[in-house]
Amino acid sequence: MIRTAATLAIFVLSGSAGELAVTHGMKKAGAPDHLRIQPVIRFLGRAFRNGWFWVGVPLMALSFYLLMVLLSWEPISLVIPASALSYVVGTLGAKYILKEDVNGVRWAGVLLVCVGVAIVAAG
Amino acid sequence: MSHERKLRLKTLIMVFAMMVCATTGDSLLKRGMSEIGPVALTRGGLFQAFQLAMSSRTIWLAILFLIGFMLSNMTVLSWADYSYVMPASAIGYVAVTFVGMTLLGETVSPRRWIGVALICVGVFLVGQTKPSTSAVAQAVP
Repeated sequence: MIRTAATLAIFVLSGSAGELAVTHGMKKAGAPDHLRIQPVIRFLGRAFRNGWFWVGVPLMALSFYLLMVLLSWEPISLVIPASALSYVVGTLGAKYILKEDVNGVRWAGVLLVCVGVAIVAAG
Repeated sequence: MSHERKLRLKTLIMVFAMMVCATTGDSLLKRGMSEIGPVALTRGGLFQAFQLAMSSRTIWLAILFLIGFMLSNMTVLSWADYSYVMPASAIGYVAVTFVGMTLLGETVSPRRWIGVALICVGVFLVGQTKPSTSAVAQAVP
């Protein structure tokens, strides 16, 4: 039980940390001037050279690996709904680490999505 | 068109692209892996599955769509909030439910409909907020 809870916590935290690192990297790379092929290719060139992107990718890979481990221990109907916690953890990270302005309406939306995804994923 | 409206439109286009790429990629991957059949968890079994996967057109098409998802996700995060994009992209669960029901003839349980309804309301609420609130994104042309 403790082993599953700890692995689940590391799975959620590493996945969210990876996505937050990638988001930070993309902001640092700077948005493309226009949504056309050339500016987007130039943006992707900057993005792939950004260190934060390469911090995020192994963290997301670790999260994916832990998901596989969890699925080998526990039923999918427990693991996937529990992974919906990533919505809340990711939003907390966005607020306190990336300094995004998460107001009450957005929090309400995130919580409804989190519960909705947990219900849908439970099948 | 005002800056905020332009930003909202750009963000919605990219979230839509993410949803289409993820839903199509996952469906193609599922079809491709079903064509290959059950994978034996032995060194030989995994190697054979890898060879079969790499020679499957369906799986290559799935990989192409999933790369499209990754690139559109990276692009939208260069200007939009993570706390906006992440819940908004959950609309993919709704799309998968409708695709399953209409194209594949799957039965959707009442519990799943409740989940879908909660996701729709949640995404609607998130959609009412500003797509970008961080300092970097404010400078986007």
